[in-house]
Amino acid sequence: MSRDAGRLSLILLFTPFALWILLLIILPQIGIGYVSIREKVGINTYEYGFKNYFDFITEPVYRNTLLRTAWMSILVTALALVIGFPIAWYIAKIARERSRAALFLMCLIPLWVSDLVRAYGWIVLLRETGVISMTLVKWGIISQPIEMLYNDMTVIIGLVYTVILFMIVPLVSTLQGMDDALLEAGYNLGGSRVTVFRRIIVPYAMPGIVAGCIITFMLTAGSYLTPILLGGKNSSWFTEQIYNQFITRYNWESGSAFGVSLLVFTSFVVWAGLRLTGQSLATTVAKE
Amino acid sequence: MKPTFRALLAGTAMVLAGGTANAETLRLLTWGGYAPEDVIAAFEAEYPDIDVEVTLSNNEEMIAKLRATGGTGFDLAQPSHDRVYAAQLEYNIYKPLDLSQINTDAMTPNLLEGVKANTTIEGEVYSVPHQWGTSGVMANMKEAPEVAGWNDLCDEQYAGRTSMRLRRTILLGTAYGMGMDPFALYADPEGYQDMLDQVTEKLIACKSVIKTYWSGGDDLSALMLSGEVVVSETWDSTAFKLYGENPDIVFVPPETGALAWIDTFTIPRGGEADDAAYKWINFVLRPEITKMMSASTGAIAAVPNGIDLMPDDKKAAISAAFDQEDLDNLKFFANIPPGIEDMEGLALERIKAAN
Repeated sequence: MSRDAGRLSLILLFTPFALWILLLIILPQIGIGYVSIREKVGINTYEYGFKNYFDFITEPVYRNTLLRTAWMSILVTALALVIGFPIAWYIAKIARERSRAALFLMCLIPLWVSDLVRAYGWIVLLRETGVISMTLVKWGIISQPIEMLYNDMTVIIGLVYTVILFMIVPLVSTLQGMDDALLEAGYNLGGSRVTVFRRIIVPYAMPGIVAGCIITFMLTAGSYLTPILLGGKNSSWFTEQIYNQFITRYNWESGSAFGVSLLVFTSFVVWAGLRLTGQSLATTVAKE
Repeated sequence: MKPTFRALLAGTAMVLAGGTANAETLRLLTWGGYAPEDVIAAFEAEYPDIDVEVTLSNNEEMIAKLRATGGTGFDLAQPSHDRVYAAQLEYNIYKPLDLSQINTDAMTPNLLEGVKANTTIEGEVYSVPHQWGTSGVMANMKEAPEVAGWNDLCDEQYAGRTSMRLRRTILLGTAYGMGMDPFALYADPEGYQDMLDQVTEKLIACKSVIKTYWSGGDDLSALMLSGEVVVSETWDSTAFKLYGENPDIVFVPPETGALAWIDTFTIPRGGEADDAAYKWINFVLRPEITKMMSASTGAIAAVPNGIDLMPDDKKAAISAAFDQEDLDNLKFFANIPPGIEDMEGLALERIKAAN
């Protein structure tokens, strides 16, 4: 009786999760995969094959946009790590117990505002007649207003700002678990600051670094609003191509092929990143 | 326990049934500004049993949404006249109109006939006109007084101060500016591809002149009002709005003819409130409602005295922009044959990706 009850409660607890995974993740992916191998040969007539993928590989515009998106996402991830690590370190180790929560909250607050509003905030600041440019002119630092919007740099700034929290949170939680005695031992044994950082802090924080990097990379590569709004005439982003295929070209087949390609390619980048740095998911994110 | 449960169920069922019987919902799929609060309030006051729900969209998303649901989820849509025929043939998302329910006498005869001709499939009419307007060029007359057409968007003397929306309209406009007639080439895919290749080359060369591509009316307004951009491709309604704030900014119908669109009333195949939809159509074409509608959309109603029914500031903007010759020279968008949009899409992506 009690075993049955235990099993029942396990099933009940597990059901929402299983339904979520099945209905919202697995089924749509299968649907997208199915549509992507359909070839349109005329009005309402389809054949099956890999033509959509072939088109994707042979058209340099798509290939280059995907590579560009991946490259910029890696850059954003690296910047988020470099900027986020000291912040996480300060929150976890240097700040006093009482101010820790407040600092954490301050990192969270930008997330309460929608992506769209945050992007417009950057637009107001950076445009030619925007706050920064006009202030500089007023102070006589520059003579002509300058345009800081509509280029790749702006896209990167906007993206780092959007995703950095997802780097800070996992880092803070791993660093908080680190015993300060480890650092003292390192210094006592004659380690320099660099050695202690390289040999003790980084290995200890590795699960947080790996988790943070994977989350920020995936979020960046899949983001849509920020690159569209802040990017200029030359900044194409791969999600925009997917949108174009689905919405402006009515080409769901090729849009689906693009979606699958993005998923496969970003997964590959994560795998390659883990391989290159000699990490694996089992020893970092899933570590006991 | 059981009787209580049953009573609850019965109660819920009654509430649900009562809800559907009393209040009908009219779900509109339309453009920003096409269902202003005051018009909805007046409509609901006259028909208290109808609730109006509005979803804002654009041509491409309307078709994508209706395609995804097989034409259900909305009771009245407002695609442009050139976007109905191919979408209906390919995806079967609309149903024929019952013209006897619509007060077609209120509509401008030539617009009505034009839309009917564009949207008749197997003898059934799918759309009637609502509002029309044009796409062309707007210029800040203080800084760019000589702007006359599409080619000025790529003129070196305005380097860094022009803008356009990277969508099919600019491909067509540029083609006209280069002396070609895209609508005549619709029937000839190879000729059309050849035209697109030339247009692509021109627009890629043009990228050094352009400041940025705008993506929506608000975006464009900010660029023009701040003076960052002095010449831009535009919808005339956006230009008319800006004229109210800065009379130097006027709409310039290109010398090759402004591109004219007509937004229609079209009923989705799975629409569940046809009566309410017809009531809405007839309601918004009444002269007093037309006035409120045009004040909000900035577009001209498809009724015989549509321009007179515009608010005064918009009327001034229109007379500053158009003379009779421009009106006679309008190029109405022709029906897009299936497949053309895919070719245009690739051209647009090539332009965006080029350096």
